[in-house]
Amino acid sequence: MPDMQHLNDLVIQVRRDILRQVHKVNSGHPGGSLGCTEFFVALFQELMDRKEGFNMDGKGEDIFFLSNGHISPVFYSVLARSGYFPVEELNTFRLLNSRLQGHPTTHEGLPGIRIASGSLGQGISVAIGAAHSKKLNNDSHLVYTLCGDGELQEGQNWEAIMYAAGNKVDNLIVTVDYNGQQIDGSTDNVLPLGNLKGKFEAFGWDVMEIEQGNNLEAIMNRMKTAKSKTGNGKPVCVLLHTVMGHGVDFMMHTHDWHGKAPNDEQLEIALSQNPVTLGDY
Amino acid sequence: MKKYIDSGKKDTRSGFGAGLTELGKTHPNVVALCADLTGSLKMDDFKANHPERFFQVGIAEANMMGIAAGLTIGGKIPFTGTFANFSTGRVYDQIRQSIAYSHKNVKICASHAGLTLGEDGATHQILEDIGLMKMLPGMTVINTCDYNQTKAATIAIADHHGPVYLRFGRPKVANFTPENQSFEIGKAVQLQEGNDVTIIATGHLVWEALKAAETLNEQGVSADVINIHTIKPLDSQAILKSVKKTGCVVTAEEHNYLGGLGESVARVLAQNNPTPQEIVATQDTFGESGTPEQLMEKYGLNAAAITKAALKVMTRK
Repeated sequence: MPDMQHLNDLVIQVRRDILRQVHKVNSGHPGGSLGCTEFFVALFQELMDRKEGFNMDGKGEDIFFLSNGHISPVFYSVLARSGYFPVEELNTFRLLNSRLQGHPTTHEGLPGIRIASGSLGQGISVAIGAAHSKKLNNDSHLVYTLCGDGELQEGQNWEAIMYAAGNKVDNLIVTVDYNGQQIDGSTDNVLPLGNLKGKFEAFGWDVMEIEQGNNLEAIMNRMKTAKSKTGNGKPVCVLLHTVMGHGVDFMMHTHDWHGKAPNDEQLEIALSQNPVTLGDY
Repeated sequence: MKKYIDSGKKDTRSGFGAGLTELGKTHPNVVALCADLTGSLKMDDFKANHPERFFQVGIAEANMMGIAAGLTIGGKIPFTGTFANFSTGRVYDQIRQSIAYSHKNVKICASHAGLTLGEDGATHQILEDIGLMKMLPGMTVINTCDYNQTKAATIAIADHHGPVYLRFGRPKVANFTPENQSFEIGKAVQLQEGNDVTIIATGHLVWEALKAAETLNEQGVSADVINIHTIKPLDSQAILKSVKKTGCVVTAEEHNYLGGLGESVARVLAQNNPTPQEIVATQDTFGESGTPEQLMEKYGLNAAAITKAALKVMTRK
């Protein structure tokens, strides 16, 4: 049984890490990061079968690709707190000579990162390739990827979505951060996504929804169901309904904090809503 | 002068296909991807022999580049195959982020490069691909001259760790380099020794450079001819050694003069040994429909153009 107290503490601590990272350099993307905090904690702490240490090839373990690379603050925090690199290194986020680049990259050799992302729409394709590689290697482990909902406006995704179903890439779970927000406003106002579930299903995917995308237990339960759907000839899509900026009241339900850092006063308020649990870096 | 014999015209893309067939037997980690051009890229044998290692992605080149990047994770060596236009310009950002910046071991193999694609016209005749690819940090750029060399290069790049752009073409051209040659990435091949002018050529223009050297020889001009199959990393030593001897240079390529081999050579010379140079290349223009021979004639990419450029550059010494 997972230690829920610890996992809930970790969620709060990761939120503090996200806020402190972006505040320090007055840049970065807190909104989507806060919205996906529970998902990352569940994925790295409970759902993925991971090996100790980091090996690029990821043989014999589940692997993950972040397609919407701008939510690097949550990725970095959860990687560090899952043992991939020292948590103190979060202090270097977006600084010169740091391994924690604005958007994730393999270029600086940061453990846990297997592909550069930031230019949107490329993660599903990469995940499909890695999933093929696993099958060729007789490795029954899974490939996970997360992409944004607004990101699905990029055409390459639909090439990949068509391909994965047509080629029965069934060792792949694509999660969509379905928060309905993007930089310029709501997805409905910028470019409506329409019936996303219906679209994935029409392309031949097995689609699940997680209505409570900011509820750790709900995510763990539903993602276990998603895992059970793999290996059945269809790629699996999870529509994760999240709230952008979750956990900080003034950042929630708006696109305003997609790519903006809090000032000193705002940080203080935000942190007071997420009091220290495991200790700051 | 050394004599070079055309052992029978063959297309360079068939050299790629033959190399890939060979790799299928020797390299179990080599996988191939194609975007609905299996026959044009001569990938049929690999597909037939290793269906489990062949991925037909359909008309979706961006997805193909991403899948190729992902396949490297787990130790596969992906070779992507489509036309040069769709291998570069169409998917530049995918190559830039998922392959080059991520330093993935992907071999981007591009056929139908340049004007010699012929009748399909300018939509398909990319003349900017060398420039696009050489600007990507860490990308190796190779443009082979004939069937034998393309086969050898295809085999050689499988053992080179890192992203590679391998450029070849559609038409049947002279096959004059040795069968089963060893191919060293980044190492220029000296084809003729001469003292009056250096001719540095790549791809289909190498055979034209040899023909030009014969014409020049008949006029009492001895040309040093270099086959520079690797444009990046460029064999600066071979270039500088030759121009030290000749004092002038002609570069020849089936590519725009902006961003191509000529500019790469000019940079080496400007930084090390400023030397008069003429550039045989297209002049910042798109191509058009026509036969390969007609197009090479119209756009000044043949032996006659190289000969003329050589005589001109010698007057600038």
